Amino acid sequence: MQIDNNQLLRFTTAGSVDDGKSTLIGRLLYDSKSIFEDQLESVSATSAKKGHKGVDLALFTDGLRDEREQGITIDVAYRYFTTPKRKFIIADTPGHIQYTRNMVTGASTANAAVILIDARHGVIEQTKRHSFIASLLNIPHLIVCINKMDLVEYSEERFNEIVGQFEEFSSKLLMKDVRFIPISALDGDNVVNRSKNMDWYQGGTLLNILETLHISSDINKIDARFPVQTVLRPQSEEHRDYRGYAGRVASGIYRVGDEVAILPSGFTSRIKSLNTGEHEVQEAYAPMSIAMTLEDDIDVSRGDMIVRVNNQPEPLQEFDVMLCWLNDDAAKPRAKYSLMHTTNEQRAMIKEVVYKIDINTYDRITDDKNLSRNDIARVKLRCTRPVMLDSYRDNRNTGSVILIDEMTNETVAAGMII
Amino acid sequence: MSKYFLNYLDELESEAIFILREVWAQFENPVILFSGGKDSILVTHLAKKAFYPAKIPFALLHVDTGHNFPETIQFRDELVKELGVKLIVGSVQESINEGRVAEERGKNATRNALQITTLLDTIEEHKIDCAIGGGRRDEEKARAKERFFSHRNDFGEWDPKNQRPELWNLLNGKHFEGEHFRAFPISNWTEMDVWNYIKRENIKIPSLYIAHEREVVWRNNSWIPVSEFLKLEEGEKAEKKKIRFRTLGDITITGGIESEADTLEKIVQEVSAMRKTERGDRSDDKRSETAMEDRKKQGYF
Repeated sequence: MQIDNNQLLRFTTAGSVDDGKSTLIGRLLYDSKSIFEDQLESVSATSAKKGHKGVDLALFTDGLRDEREQGITIDVAYRYFTTPKRKFIIADTPGHIQYTRNMVTGASTANAAVILIDARHGVIEQTKRHSFIASLLNIPHLIVCINKMDLVEYSEERFNEIVGQFEEFSSKLLMKDVRFIPISALDGDNVVNRSKNMDWYQGGTLLNILETLHISSDINKIDARFPVQTVLRPQSEEHRDYRGYAGRVASGIYRVGDEVAILPSGFTSRIKSLNTGEHEVQEAYAPMSIAMTLEDDIDVSRGDMIVRVNNQPEPLQEFDVMLCWLNDDAAKPRAKYSLMHTTNEQRAMIKEVVYKIDINTYDRITDDKNLSRNDIARVKLRCTRPVMLDSYRDNRNTGSVILIDEMTNETVAAGMII
Repeated sequence: MSKYFLNYLDELESEAIFILREVWAQFENPVILFSGGKDSILVTHLAKKAFYPAKIPFALLHVDTGHNFPETIQFRDELVKELGVKLIVGSVQESINEGRVAEERGKNATRNALQITTLLDTIEEHKIDCAIGGGRRDEEKARAKERFFSHRNDFGEWDPKNQRPELWNLLNGKHFEGEHFRAFPISNWTEMDVWNYIKRENIKIPSLYIAHEREVVWRNNSWIPVSEFLKLEEGEKAEKKKIRFRTLGDITITGGIESEADTLEKIVQEVSAMRKTERGDRSDDKRSETAMEDRKKQGYF
C-alpha cells in the first residue's frame, strides 16, 4: 500500500440530532470501507433491536452511555479513516448552542469544516452559528453539504436557493474557501459515490473534495516562530557540551546558519544544528518537532521564542482577544487567571469586556458584560509581562491563548488575538 | 505537493513528540505505562526520539498481573537494559496477597479489572503525577473521547462528561496534590498507522506479534494460548496452530488469529486487509457494551 507520502487532513463536523450529521459520518466511514465486520455486526444487531430497517449508519458514531441513551453527542469525539489519498481525522461535535465550547474545541485544529443544511429547511440559526464558529476559528476551508436532497426531489432550484441564502448571510464573515455540495447521506448520493439523481451537479463528491483540498498552505510558512518547550542537556561523556532547545516549529522555516533572535531577551545568535530525533537536518518547518542548537552560549529556557532577527512578533502587555468562555463558572470581573500562550505562561486579568456577540445574528451586545459558559466576546487582557504575539488571522499557533482558573486549575476560556 | 509539508506519519510523530515533551516540562514525576504491547513500545520509541541525545527521562511502569506471556517479560527487561531507564513494577499478585483485591471467580475470570487497584496504588506510592499511556482513540468508543492530557481526581477516576477542553496545541496539566494525569501521545494513531510506523522505523517488537506455532484452544471465537493459568473446559481441546496476536494483554484473555504473517512487511499487509477491529479478540471488552467505559471511569488504562 503506497500511502507513505499522504497528508493528514483534520476536519470538524457540527450538527444536531436531526440534520443527519451522524448518518453522514457513518456513510463516509461505511462507503470508504473503514467499518470493520464486528462493528457492523454490533450496529446491525442494535438497529434490529430498535426496529430500524437495514443498518442505521448513525449508530457507528455512538459514544458514551449517556450519549446513546439520549441519542446525542456531548463531547468532541474523534474518528479516523484513510483512503488511498489521505488520512482523515474527524472531530465530531454536537451542534446545539449549549455545546458551543465543544464546537470551538473541535474547530481549533481543523483544516476544514463540514456544515450540514437540511434541504427542506434551508439556512437556519444553527447554520449561522456553525459558520460563525468556523470563521472565528479561521478554519481555512468550509464545505457546505445540503443534505436530504432526496426529500426535495433532488431539485437544482432548491439547491441554488439555499446557496443564495448562505451567501447572503455569510458575506459578513471572513471565509476564504467555501464549497457547496448537494447530498443525501441516507442514500449515499455525492458522499463517496456520485449521485445518479443529480446530473445537474458538476462538482466533486464530499470525499473527493476532502481528498483534494489544497492544505499545504494552511500553515503559515512565512513568519518563523519556534517556542521552546524544554532544554535538552544529556550530561553524558559523548555529548558533554550539548545544549539543545526542544520544541515544535509553530510556523515558518528555519535553516542551519540562520541568524535568530531569542525573545524576550533579544539576544541574537546563529543556528548551529537542527535535529529530528537522531537525524540531523538542514531545514526545519512547521509542524516539525525538533531540537535546535545555537552557535553562542545564551540563556534560553521554556517559554522563550526563537525567531528570525528581521521578522519578530509584537511584544504586548495589553491586547484584545475574541474570547470564548468555556466554563460553568462565569468570569469574575478583574479576576486573575493563568494565561498560556505557546509554551509561555503568565498571569492575566480581564480588564474590560468590550462587547459580546450574538452568534445567531452576529449582533454586538454592549449592555450585558457578563461572561458565562458559551459566550463569545471581545475583551481586553492585561498580562504581568509582554506576550510575543501574532494576530490569530496570521498565525493560529502564536495567535491563540487559553485562560486557566488558578483556584480550580480548569481551562476556562480560549482566546484569539485580534 | 509542496516541499514543506509533512506526510501523515511524520505529522503524527511530531505531534506525539510534542506531547511527550510537554509532559516532561509540566510534571514532576511522570512515567510511561509499559505493558510490553506494541503501543507502549511505540510510545517508548517516540520518547527516545523526543529527548535525543539525552536519555528518556521517564521510568517505565509495568503493572504485572502475574498472567504474562514469558516473551513479554523478557522483552521488557531487555529494553529497560538497552535504554538505561528505571523500571517500576506494580504487582497484582501482591495486591491479592495484601487483600487489596480479590481474584474473580467463574469460567471467564481474569485479572484485568484487578489491575486498576494495583495501578492506582503504585501511582500513589511512587508519587507519580503523570502516567503516559499508549491508548488510541480508534480502539474503542470510550477512548474516542480521551484528551491528550486527561485529568484524574484523587481517587484516580475519569469523568468523561467533565473534561477540560483542549484547544490548539495548548495542554493544561495543572493539578492539585494527590491528583494525577494520564497523557496519550498516540491518541490520533490508528492500528494501521502504528504498524506502518513500526515497519518504517524498524522498531523491535515481541515475537508474539509475528506468526509462530503455539498450543491454543478455541474459546470465545478466538485462539486462546494454553498456559499454566488456563483450565480446559469439557469439550475443549488444545491444538497446535500457526498464530499471531494483534494486541497483547494477559495470556489468559488474549486471543490469537491464524496467520502466516511472519515479517513486518506481511503483518502490514495483513492488517490492511483485516475486517475486524483489533480489540474484537479481547474478551475483557466483550463483557458489555460499556465494559471499557466503566473500567476507564474507575482508573483503568
